[in-house]
Amino acid sequence: MSTLHTVNKSPFEKTSLATCLGHIGADSSVLLFEDGVYAALTQTSIEAQVKGALDSAKVYVLGPDLQARGLSEGRLIPGISVVDYAGFVDLAAEHDKVQAWL
Amino acid sequence: MSETIKQFLYLNRKAPYGTIYAWESLEVVLIGAAIHQDVSLAFVDDGVFQLTKGQDTAAVGMKNFSPTYSALGDYEVKKIYIEKESLEERGLTLDDLQHLTWEDEDDDWAEKDSIHLVTRAEMTAIMDDADVVFSF
Repeated sequence: MSTLHTVNKSPFEKTSLATCLGHIGADSSVLLFEDGVYAALTQTSIEAQVKGALDSAKVYVLGPDLQARGLSEGRLIPGISVVDYAGFVDLAAEHDKVQAWL
Repeated sequence: MSETIKQFLYLNRKAPYGTIYAWESLEVVLIGAAIHQDVSLAFVDDGVFQLTKGQDTAAVGMKNFSPTYSALGDYEVKKIYIEKESLEERGLTLDDLQHLTWEDEDDDWAEKDSIHLVTRAEMTAIMDDADVVFSF
């Protein structure tokens, strides 16, 4: 089963992202949105952890939430793809299920 | 009305928009300043994200409240402390943040910086000195 894992909290505030990354199966993807987008930035204390996830899953970040927070796409970890709300819907449709990490 | 002026410190540790804390904190700061208390703001952990430049909320359908920070100087709120370690952990520098200033009427309205970059140790002393700490 392919799963779209969603993470909406900052990795600096909660362990939700760390736990999520420990539970990713085959053919799955991770979408960072709301405060979760902060995990997509380069030069953070958790950059290595997120880069590691790219070895086994596709990682996406919601563009509108980056823009709301004043974060430019130029500061993202290479390999993370930006999607808009329509892209979010497509990702949900493409995977067998969606699992939200709160 | 009491003449006592207390040192209020508003401690901000949360990112904007994902929760309402950042906005609520700012609203309470403006209230405290309006009743002439001695107000300081501290930004620690994800709180440092509140002050980033270039916030554009059009696509998320939320109100962009970041311009309100630049009004703080007009309310005599000029002690804004940003924790250095919190910035570094998040890959940010002061350049990524808004440049907040206030005008000193005792110095011919000269424009001065409101933001002070402090270390964790200095922030600890600032918290110790406050009469009251409001956490958001």
